[in-house]
Amino acid sequence: MNKILLKGNIALCEGAIAAGCQAYFGYPITPQNEVPAHMSKRMTELGRVFLQAESELAAINMVLGAAGTGALAMTSSSSPGISLKQEGISYLVGCELPALIVNVQRGGPGLGNIAGSQGDYFQSTKGGGHGDYRMLVLAPSTVQEMYDFANMSFGLAFKYRNPVLILADGVVGQMMEPVTIVTSDQKPVTSKDQQQIAWALTGAKGRPPRFHRSLLMDDGALEKLNWKLNEKYNSIKKNEVRYESENIEDADIILVAFGIAARVAKVAARKAREQGIKAGLIRPITLWPFPEKVIADNAKPGRKFLVVEMNLGQMVEDVRLAVNGKCPVEFLGRPGGGLVNEQEVLQEIKTIAK
Amino acid sequence: MKSILSRPLSLKSNEHLYCPGCGHGIIHRLVAEVIDELGVREKTIGIAPVGCAVFAYDYFNVDVTEAPHGRPPAVATGIKRVLPDRVVFTYQGDGDLAAIGTAETVHAANRGENITVIFVNNAIYGMTGGQMAPTTLLGQKTATTPAGRDLKRDGPPLKVCELLSQTQGAAYLERVAVNNPKNIIKAKKAIKKAFQNQINNKGFSLVEVLSMCPVNWAMTPNESIKWIDEVFLKTFPLGIYKDKQ
Repeated sequence: MNKILLKGNIALCEGAIAAGCQAYFGYPITPQNEVPAHMSKRMTELGRVFLQAESELAAINMVLGAAGTGALAMTSSSSPGISLKQEGISYLVGCELPALIVNVQRGGPGLGNIAGSQGDYFQSTKGGGHGDYRMLVLAPSTVQEMYDFANMSFGLAFKYRNPVLILADGVVGQMMEPVTIVTSDQKPVTSKDQQQIAWALTGAKGRPPRFHRSLLMDDGALEKLNWKLNEKYNSIKKNEVRYESENIEDADIILVAFGIAARVAKVAARKAREQGIKAGLIRPITLWPFPEKVIADNAKPGRKFLVVEMNLGQMVEDVRLAVNGKCPVEFLGRPGGGLVNEQEVLQEIKTIAK
Repeated sequence: MKSILSRPLSLKSNEHLYCPGCGHGIIHRLVAEVIDELGVREKTIGIAPVGCAVFAYDYFNVDVTEAPHGRPPAVATGIKRVLPDRVVFTYQGDGDLAAIGTAETVHAANRGENITVIFVNNAIYGMTGGQMAPTTLLGQKTATTPAGRDLKRDGPPLKVCELLSQTQGAAYLERVAVNNPKNIIKAKKAIKKAFQNQINNKGFSLVEVLSMCPVNWAMTPNESIKWIDEVFLKTFPLGIYKDKQ
């Protein structure tokens, strides 16, 4: 086992490379610029594909092309750039193609700023692009998770033939922490391997031609596809929910937070306990599928929930749905790149506890 | 009995949904014949556009993917970069290639992306019902230029071969037409060269094909064939705009 000090964005690249990422297409935007810069060096060294596209639109559509051939393809960007990629993301889902998309969020709306933010929760978990679709959304809160999630995302994307989104933020992207590198003997997929994938477009050698399309004009055909996709989403909901919890069994106040905000919330909850307030934490790791069951199971009269986010209150809506009126759900957040600190959270816990 | 003419293997037998007198059927056949003649059908991947030719996967007997409006050159880039030994072509109309997809077109050409682009220019938006295209002629009446395209309001027609000839990466650019047998033979020659270039790793090749759209031009098929010679060609002269040796 190999432990090294890495920046979040670099760890993300190495995780994807270790998983066999064959092609990276991207366009610069702060605070994820280390990703294309690092990939340009590493992918080239490894004889894999790196290309700086002329725009985010081009980058995601290069991913669409590469993914269609069965290659492990990836793009990364930050909030305004992800907005531009939404068209291609919707097509990837419509054509049922796997890919890794990374959003290292910055403050918004509009051009916003380059500080870490969690303002893209709605966009990530509720669609973002057009049509009725879902994506697996993973929210890393450590540099280790940047590595691990990138590493496992291709497996998930291929398992479900659906793009996977890593929803990070500028803080996790820019911070440095020790990372355990998994030495994997996984080799990048070769063009020969791609030919073995039952849906990949590799040229119709010795088989009938294949096609990828999301345009279904026949009466009822698109509805049928959507129902089929819905079955897939139900299976993802059943199998892929991930979360972390701490001290929730006897808690009077349960904090719910994801990503970097969850680390702040965790420290505040521990400090509250030291001061005699029974606080605990639920950290959703998959934002979609949302860990609604653990929240619903822990929603009881006499308890309170406090949702901490770096936005104006987005995930809090999903928490309220899961709690379903059984107990109060409070919200503490800072939008536009503001970072909640543990004193603020602790103060809020104390106020609510009264 | 000796068979002297048959359907190219690269063309499916599905009935085309194109309007009577439309040029797409001819151009599809030329592309399919070329793929057959070069013996690359089993290693070819096509990219269907948005617009009339969107059902290309129903017509071409090769692997085909769709692309969002204007993005076929980016999708082609993604495919070609991971599978460089395959033959990749896009089939795009004037709205797709010269309006919403101008950036993708220019940059794929400038990078010298080793792909083949078949650019069907009929000076109008067909599938959406005859609106102005970037290639609509000055004075030409369309659904959104009822008084004719106006230079001051709408700008002049965009000339793609001339524009792309300025990019270093473009290897071959030719404008052809499919309005008579002589032009069709020339068009096939150009399309073949554009595919052959890719096989020879020469870089970006684009064939602009002037084609008929009788329904949206509000003409009979015969009138539209004449209109190409008498009007269309005046703004869009046929010929080779770049041929990098």
